[in-house]
Formats: sequence, C-alpha cells, structure tokens
Amino acid sequence: MTSQTKSADLARTTEMLSGAAMVIRALADEGVEYLYGYPGGAVLHIYDALFQQNKVKHVLVRHEQAATHMADAYARASGKAGVVLVTSGPGATNAVTGIATAYMDSIPMVVLTGQVMSHLIGGDAFQETDMLGISRPICKHNMSVRRPEDIPLLIKKAFHIAQSGRPGPVVLDIPKDMTMPDQKFPYHYPSDVSLRSYQPKQQGHAGQIKKAVTALLAAKKPVLYAGGGAILGKASAELTELAQLLNLPVTNTLMGLGAYPADDKQFIGMLGMHGSYEANQTMHHADLILAVGARFDDRVTNNTKKFCPDATIIHIDIDPASISKTVNAHIPIVGLVQPVLADMLALLKQKKKKLDAAALTQWWQQIEHWRNVHGGRYDTETPLLKPQYVIEQVSKITKGEAYVCSDVGQHQMFAAQYYKFNQPNRWINSGGLGTMGFGLPAAMGVKLNYPDADVVCVTGEGSIQMNIQELSTCKQYGLGVKIINLNNGYLGMVKQWQDMNYESRYASSYMDSLPDFVKLAEAYGHVGIRVTKPEELQPALERAFALKDQLVFLDIHIDPKEHVYPMQVPGGAMNDMFLSKTERT
Amino acid sequence: MRHIISVLLENESGALARLVGLFAQRGYNIDSLNVAPTDDATLSRLTLVTHGNDQVIEQISKQLHKLIEVVKVSDISEAAHIERELMLVKVKASGNQREEVKRCADIFRGQIIDVTPTTYTIQLVGTSDKLDAFLQALGTTPIMEVVRSGASGIARGEKTLAL
Repeated sequence: MTSQTKSADLARTTEMLSGAAMVIRALADEGVEYLYGYPGGAVLHIYDALFQQNKVKHVLVRHEQAATHMADAYARASGKAGVVLVTSGPGATNAVTGIATAYMDSIPMVVLTGQVMSHLIGGDAFQETDMLGISRPICKHNMSVRRPEDIPLLIKKAFHIAQSGRPGPVVLDIPKDMTMPDQKFPYHYPSDVSLRSYQPKQQGHAGQIKKAVTALLAAKKPVLYAGGGAILGKASAELTELAQLLNLPVTNTLMGLGAYPADDKQFIGMLGMHGSYEANQTMHHADLILAVGARFDDRVTNNTKKFCPDATIIHIDIDPASISKTVNAHIPIVGLVQPVLADMLALLKQKKKKLDAAALTQWWQQIEHWRNVHGGRYDTETPLLKPQYVIEQVSKITKGEAYVCSDVGQHQMFAAQYYKFNQPNRWINSGGLGTMGFGLPAAMGVKLNYPDADVVCVTGEGSIQMNIQELSTCKQYGLGVKIINLNNGYLGMVKQWQDMNYESRYASSYMDSLPDFVKLAEAYGHVGIRVTKPEELQPALERAFALKDQLVFLDIHIDPKEHVYPMQVPGGAMNDMFLSKTERT
Repeated sequence: MRHIISVLLENESGALARLVGLFAQRGYNIDSLNVAPTDDATLSRLTLVTHGNDQVIEQISKQLHKLIEVVKVSDISEAAHIERELMLVKVKASGNQREEVKRCADIFRGQIIDVTPTTYTIQLVGTSDKLDAFLQALGTTPIMEVVRSGASGIARGEKTLAL
C-alpha cells in the first residue's frame, strides 16, 4: 500500500477536522464542560469552532485575569483541571497573574493562548508576545503547537501534566495558522499519554513508611501538620482516620483548611503567621511532626533556625523538591499522600500499637491549657461591627458548608480563622501568590459549577475593586454569589503592618472616594445591602442567603482599627506571637 | 563546593531555556554549561558546573528533575569521573617568544592548530584546572583571545547516564 492510499484510507475511517475544531473537540473528549475566556484575533478560528458545537460551553469574562481565576477555583473545588482560552498579546499577558496564582498553589489548569501566525513569530507582529517565555517561570510546563495534527496529543499531554504528580498550570500556545478552518487533518484523541521524562511517583517507599510508623508510635508529643497537598491529593479521609486512630492533635495550613474537620476536638486551628496560639505552641513543643502535603512555607515556620527545636520531622510529599527545602526532614516519604497514608494506616492496624497513653494524655492537657489562653478571642465590648463576628455569623448561617472564596488581606485571615471548614475543597483562596482580585472570579467559577451550593466571596473594599467588572459576568450567567465586603476604608493588612512597624504612618493605605457599593451592585443588576451596625447583620445575612439565585453584595462597614491576631513576631520561633495590640508571648 | 551535574534532556525547543531559566529564577550559580545532542538525536546531554553547599546542590538536582523535559540528572562529581574541557587560545607569538610558547604548549600536550607569522592558536584539552594552569604558564605571552567549552564529564567504569 502506498502512503497516499494509506492516508486516503485513514481519511475514510477517521474524522477530518481543522486545528480549531480539534481544540474544541479534544476538550469535549477530555470531558470539559466549561471554558473560561475572551476572544481576540489570534483565536477567532477556535471561537468559531466553539460556536458550531454545544458540548463545551464558554463563559465570557470581562477581563482575562478573571477567566484564569474562575478556572482555578473550579479546579480547587472539583479536583479537575480548569480550562482557559485567551487571545495572543494582551489577552495572554492579562492571564499571567492567574497562571502564577495557580502555580503557587499547585492548581491544575490548562491555559490555551492564541499566538500570531508562525511565520510572523519573532517579528514584533501586532498582538505578538512571547507567551512561552513569559509563562515559563510561572507554570508547570508550556508547549506550543507546531503542526495542527499534533493538537489532540498536545492537549492530552497538557491535561496529563497539569493533573498528575504535583499539579499545576500548563500553557499551550497556539499560532493562528495551526487552526485554519480549511485545512483538515485526521482527528484521534488519545486515551492516555506516557512521557519518558515525566513519571511522577505514586506509592511511597515501604521502608520509609515503616520507619515513619515506628517514629510516630514512639512519640510523646506528636502533631499532625497538613497542607494543601492533603486536599489536592484527596487524602482527607485517610488523614482524619489516622489522626483519630492515634488521637493526634491536627493543625492545618492556610491551604489545608478543611482537610481535617474544624469542629472536631482534635483540631487545634490553623498554624503559622496568623495561626492559633495553641497550634503554634503545639508545633513548637512537639517531639514529632507528621507533615502531610505541606511545604514548610515561610508564612508557617517563621524563623527556620528557631523552628520546632525538639521535633523529629516526617514529611510526606509528592514533590521531592519540597522536602528538606527550608526545614530538614528526618524521615522523608516521596509519594502521593493518599496511598502513603493508607499504607501507614494499614501498618498501624496490623501492629495494633498505640502511642504511650500517659504521655499523650499529658500532651493533650498541655494543649487544652494553650487553647484556653487565646481561644480566638476578640474585643466584643465595642459598638462597632467586628470582622471576626461577621465571619462567625456567615459560618453559622451556612452551617459551615458553603464554598468560601476569599480575596487577600485581613478579611482572608479572619475567614481562615473564624469560618468552620469541615470539608475539603470548600476554602478557596490564593495562599501562595496572595492575589488581590482573586475572590470574586473564584466564587463565580465555583457557583457556575455548583449552582445549588452556597458560594460566598469574602472580600474587602480594596480587593473587590481589582476585579469588580466581573459583576457584569455574574449577571450574564446568573451567578448568585454572596459577596461579604468587609469594608474598613483601609487596605487593612497594609495598615496593620504600618501600625506595627511604621508608627501608624498610613502611606497609601487609605482609600478615599470609594464607590457606593450598594448602588454599584444595583447598577450591574444585582442586590446591594449596606450593613453599618451589629444588629443589622443578622437580618441582612438572612435576606441575602434567602435570595437563592441572586447575587447579593453585602457592604459591611467594620471597625477600621481591627488587627488580625495572633501574629507571629518577625524573626522569632513559631510560638513567638503578638496576641493583641497590647500582649505578646 | 564545585559540582559537575550531567543532565539528559529531551532535544526540544524551549527545553534549554527552561533549564537555564530555573538557575536564574532560583538564584543558583552556573560556572559553565555545555550542551549538544547525543547518539540518540531525541536527547541532548548537558554538563553544568556549579557550586554551592550540599543543601543547594540537592535542591538544584531536585528542581532540575522536576522539569518535564529532563529525563535524567546525575551529579557525576559525587563519584569517580573523568572531566574534560576544550580550550582554544590565540596568543601573540613572534621572535624569541615563538619557541617558548611552543615549548609550553608541548608540556601541556596542547596542539598548535593555526599559525601566522605573529600568532599561534593553541588547542588544549584537560580538566578545567589544567586549562587554568596553562593560561598561568603562558606568563608574559600576550593572550589575544580565549575560548573555553566548559567542562564535559562522564562517570568512570560501568556506570552510565543513559536511557
């Protein structure tokens, strides 16, 4: 058979599609329901292909950054990669913040960026930018299409890389001439892909797991420290079982909230810079730390030289580069946290041993003592609305079951401290990059995919204005997000640092000329409610959550002087903390 | 401490940029770098000389391994290995100096590969230290140009870095 008859034969049995149609078809075959994006010259062929089918639905945002955050939040809530489609040049550069946000938190995402025609690349063409170069340090991997017939394989590869190992965003750059509608190629979507240079580990090393179990059983003052990896690795059930089997105190990082239920008595709160007094004390005095999918971030450890001086550290992580990066791990285990914890559990059950009961009782007494010292207290002797109180009320009215999507700043810390997360994948925030403007688009991405769930955006008047244009997208797609705007007129976290370190010189942290958020919400076709007194809060929340399908913007005027406590003392150990404006450890 | 790290890399566009970018982003040193395709045209072999404490070298190795296109990484300086670097040196060589430069090149087992009435171009292969020593030994001979390849290395004995 000649090669010509072969390809003719192939054409009879295989569907022939243009590059543009292949892009959309591959997404559909991957099971993608929503695509978040914004059209432009370089991706018009793809948009035309999108128009001619109905499997993949497109959400038109008002700024590309919002598209990336929507896809990102969908991934955080569902565990599956979110998909973004933007045009070349400014479309791609506007997506950069969102890609970096996902990268820092290891969120699986596939970002399709348009590119100018191949023959124009490198010539400073209209809307040309080197997106591969720009995105290289902020994505897990990036690739470009060089032959239209490679599109299905490249898209499969992109999903494979984004979702396996330590997840992360993958950028696929698509020159316009790879998507010409009149050039058709045989389409076949691979069911699987294997890369010789990328074989992420699955199971942990049996010998290391054995060592870890022995060390754990010998501990007198253990603590379980779980991070975002426990959620990304879907290990919440095993984590909870292990902690309860051994009666371990559990602390979650900012990214790990929900991995262990907040209402359980063994939960000692978040740790780190704004961690609970008991969590930071427990860590500091522990003789064994079982770190699960956490990366000993500087916002957790404080000064690494003073970090947990007496602790043997067991560190389970899928990424070997996260192990012994900032703090040396005595027993490293590389592997997916879920199978590793399952193996540990099996071994523990087989051994039928427990920790030294007397020592553990004593340890818990110490922890209970710490719990009573601070216990998340805040000043309630004031006529002003306290942000902590607002979050507590939101937590109550949603029974701790809402998806809480946060922006970045004081309100983020209050939400992390006072909302009771009892399930994984419900707390959605930009922990690594700390991206203001993340909250609203994130809430939109979740609400679109989970229309029956309560989805809350906790934000401040600073953060919300970074992507406020998305109120328009919310109207177009009927996204009934509840916006809790903790309005204090200041960039609160900046102001707090200025209070603590710069003698209250508020350099550019006060925002004058704020819009009337109620009117603004109404102008976009939503409901706005202003709350200025504590007694107005309850009825406003009840009204807001009763309006099931409507976006409600609650503009809540809070005490402008409030600080987030506890707060670690810079340069100190984990347990060096300010506990209020007047107390420190 | 000085380390020689060998990397097998998919021979794809952008792979080298990603690897070099990693060093810039994370503040690691590159003392020298050389790269070329291997007998398998789909693979490049890269030799990178760097320095740092054990913790830094461990991170470099792990971070390199994380790059999707990196197939294998080995710190060949951890075990018995052979290291070679190629240097081309163009020097002024006239009058009495001509004989002296020739003698010096011979002692270092260098070869004169280009000659003009006033210059020699010498080719020298050896460890990076040996090349440094040769440049020292040239003494007062005016050096016009130096081109060095950066070190390449290979493990001694049966050990290989291959697929």
